Amino acid sequence: MLRYTLLRVLGAIPTLLLVIVLAFLMVHAAPGGPFDDERVLPADVEANIARAYHLDESLPKQLLRYLGGLVQGDLGPSYRYRDYTVSELIGAAFPLSLKLGAMAMALAIVVGVSAGTVAALQQGTYLDRTVMAFSMTGISIPVFVVAPVLVLFFAVKLQWLPAGWSSSTGASRMVLPVITLALPQIAYIARLTRASMIDVLGRDFVRTARAQGLGTLTVVRLHALKPAMLPVLSYMGPAIAAILTGSVVVEEIFGIPGLGQFFIRAALNRDYTLVLGIVVFYAALIVLLNLIVDVLYGAIDPRVRYR
Amino acid sequence: MSLLNVKDLSIRYQQTAVVDALSFSIDRGESVGLVGESGSGKSQTALALLGLLPRQASVSGSIRFDGTELVAASEEALDRVRARRIGIVFQDPMQALNPYLRIGRQLREILVRHKLARGAEIDERVIEMLVRVGLSDARRQFHAYPHQLSGGMRQRVMLASALIAEPDLLIGDEPTTALDVTVQAQILELLEEIRDNTALLLITHDLGVVAGHCERMLVLEKGRLVDVGATTSLFASPGHAHTRLLLDAAPRIDRASALPQATGASILGIEAVSVSYKAFGNEQLRAVHDVSLSLRSGETVAVVGESGSGKSSFVRAVLGLVPMLSGRAVYAGAPLEGPVERRVKAQRRDLQLIFQDPVSALNPQMRVQSIVAESLLVHEPGLSSQARLEKVVEALGQVGLGDEYLGRYPHELSGGQAQRVAIARALVLGPKVLICDEAVAALDGSVRKQVLALLRKAQEDTGLAIIFISHDLAVVRAISHRVAVLYMGRLVELSDNAPLFSRPRHPYTRALIDAVPVPNPVVAPKKAPLRGEVPSLLDPPSGCVFHPRCSYVKEICKSMLPATRDLQGARVACHCADEIDLSL
Repeated sequence: MLRYTLLRVLGAIPTLLLVIVLAFLMVHAAPGGPFDDERVLPADVEANIARAYHLDESLPKQLLRYLGGLVQGDLGPSYRYRDYTVSELIGAAFPLSLKLGAMAMALAIVVGVSAGTVAALQQGTYLDRTVMAFSMTGISIPVFVVAPVLVLFFAVKLQWLPAGWSSSTGASRMVLPVITLALPQIAYIARLTRASMIDVLGRDFVRTARAQGLGTLTVVRLHALKPAMLPVLSYMGPAIAAILTGSVVVEEIFGIPGLGQFFIRAALNRDYTLVLGIVVFYAALIVLLNLIVDVLYGAIDPRVRYR
Repeated sequence: MSLLNVKDLSIRYQQTAVVDALSFSIDRGESVGLVGESGSGKSQTALALLGLLPRQASVSGSIRFDGTELVAASEEALDRVRARRIGIVFQDPMQALNPYLRIGRQLREILVRHKLARGAEIDERVIEMLVRVGLSDARRQFHAYPHQLSGGMRQRVMLASALIAEPDLLIGDEPTTALDVTVQAQILELLEEIRDNTALLLITHDLGVVAGHCERMLVLEKGRLVDVGATTSLFASPGHAHTRLLLDAAPRIDRASALPQATGASILGIEAVSVSYKAFGNEQLRAVHDVSLSLRSGETVAVVGESGSGKSSFVRAVLGLVPMLSGRAVYAGAPLEGPVERRVKAQRRDLQLIFQDPVSALNPQMRVQSIVAESLLVHEPGLSSQARLEKVVEALGQVGLGDEYLGRYPHELSGGQAQRVAIARALVLGPKVLICDEAVAALDGSVRKQVLALLRKAQEDTGLAIIFISHDLAVVRAISHRVAVLYMGRLVELSDNAPLFSRPRHPYTRALIDAVPVPNPVVAPKKAPLRGEVPSLLDPPSGCVFHPRCSYVKEICKSMLPATRDLQGARVACHCADEIDLSL
């Protein structure tokens, strides 16, 4: 088990390296640089700045320099927020993104699994079809459409909830962003749960449990839920990635000062180190969470053995 | 008044009736066998008794259990009957027990649900039940997951779950079909021992099991009850043609076969073949140890043994489907070497294999014609499509299938038809050696009889040599010239058919024979001849691998592996073979 974890962590290194190299090349391929402004600087000043940040070196050399810093845990200074390092910026902005993401994930799991289970138990009924129709809608409509519609309805028309981050201070300002972020995941998890629950309910051991007179609730709770959750658990990796990317859009729409917003600003500003820093951080986070998912998989299914 | 009274029970799926106007009753403490071929509605009846049929089934008629009507009863009412009044044991305990839950948890929930115990008493009752069904070390096994138990132990747990709530009726739905014969004998014996005054409805296709364990029997044919009566009288004088058909089709371990001697030239020689697999970690699992066997043209050699005896691994190594660790096989003077894809075409063509489950062995996307013709494309590429079709039609004709099957897909065939197609596919190349890996195990009695007759005919016509892998000694007795008995990958006895079944030399052979239920209700069922199950191949016993289960064990058996020696025509690996008389 320990060996397995270690191997998995080591196995993630090439993945991370590839992500870094690709991200590095892409930010540098974009036209413009971190210090290009509308106000044109004198050539010698520009050259000085470039030298100070090693931007005059060749790309491979800059990449190696960056990787060298990374190995020591140094993500470098931000090019635009001059007084801060990238690590400090991530440390400041991430907690809010984490809160948003975790709440969305929890909501998605609770609602998605419940809806999927109910649909599976009522397979073929009106209720089942309604749940499935809703979830199809949830999957099909993109976040940037859902968000304004929700704002228009709940904030502008009904005036139940604040429209943006800065227009309120209470917990209520989290509601719309969390729902927006969770909706597509709720939809997908509901469909996944329904399909796998139907499969599990048809297995022999569920028939045995029913033959023991355990009643539907106990049969589902004790016997069917765990195995039915395996596909959902496998989906957690991609779901986390989807929530992270979704949060970039949602934070921008609702004006939430989280990591996603920083990321967009950094990309627009060609703040190379900050973009790279966030990419590395997110990539590492996804790898770590996927590893946790795999370990949990073994906890649910006793037949899984790690080697 | 009867405990269970079924009247005019019909089960329909859309317009098709799978059970049609079935009426029968069971008294308290009585044991009743429900027999019939697959699709006769046996299991559907069992599920109906517990209200477990799928939603699409429409049920009519009446099932009265101890005064309560169960047809169209509410789920709550049914839940009060399930387990508490009627317990059930299903066929395959690997599937029927929840692999994600510890067995103790699965059992205790029944007591909790039916309010039969509370607090610490619950676990105590579960452990007590596990002890009763013969789980050694029940306190520890309480925490085991099903996959950590052997097949026999799993079925014991299943039985414990069916009996823990002390029901009045126990239903066994093919409860021993997925088990080895030796384990089947143990489970049936246990069933008799612990059911006390619980009535038993035993659903099975095996008339040997019914003969030994049921006072009365019901015979179903296509959903209709065609015969009913005391087991002894129905066996003596069947009331219906279908009962007679079933009885005739049941293989008899107690009857000698009348096979002519095989006199062909030696065609396949297998010397000291060993096979090993990589197990978890870096351990080597030795599945086959130095097994030698020879085969003549026109001869059938059966390879028998419990699951895990290495039967399949042995022939697969010969065919080159798994690597041979050591040893060699010689076919028609030339060695069979390397994996099958690197062997010369003629060898691949001459050695053909058919599998147990015909439906999964046929590509569901291909029509019968293409399935049978496929190997001709490889081995006889020059053939015109007309000539190829003729060969396919001829091969299908050999197995008794007409032209109308050419365009069918596998799912449009019955199990027996599918197995015939598989045989036709093997025979179309005109092989010299046919290896049948449990080829008739999944078939109904009457179909099995036809398929066996067909193999015999192919042998007579073409001098085909057959290696017949089977766990069913009754079938083996009927069709093989010689029998090789494997135990934990080692050849323990190799002998001609007649002497093997009249005077086996190895205690294991005798135990295998004794374990087969005899379809004759007058003969009392023998006590289970073997205790326990096959030990792990990863940790084989010292000395003779059979010694922990052998009733003739001596000191020497525990330390020294017996050499294989000749004993009046038989080859036996047993220290005591010449001292003990195992005649039947």
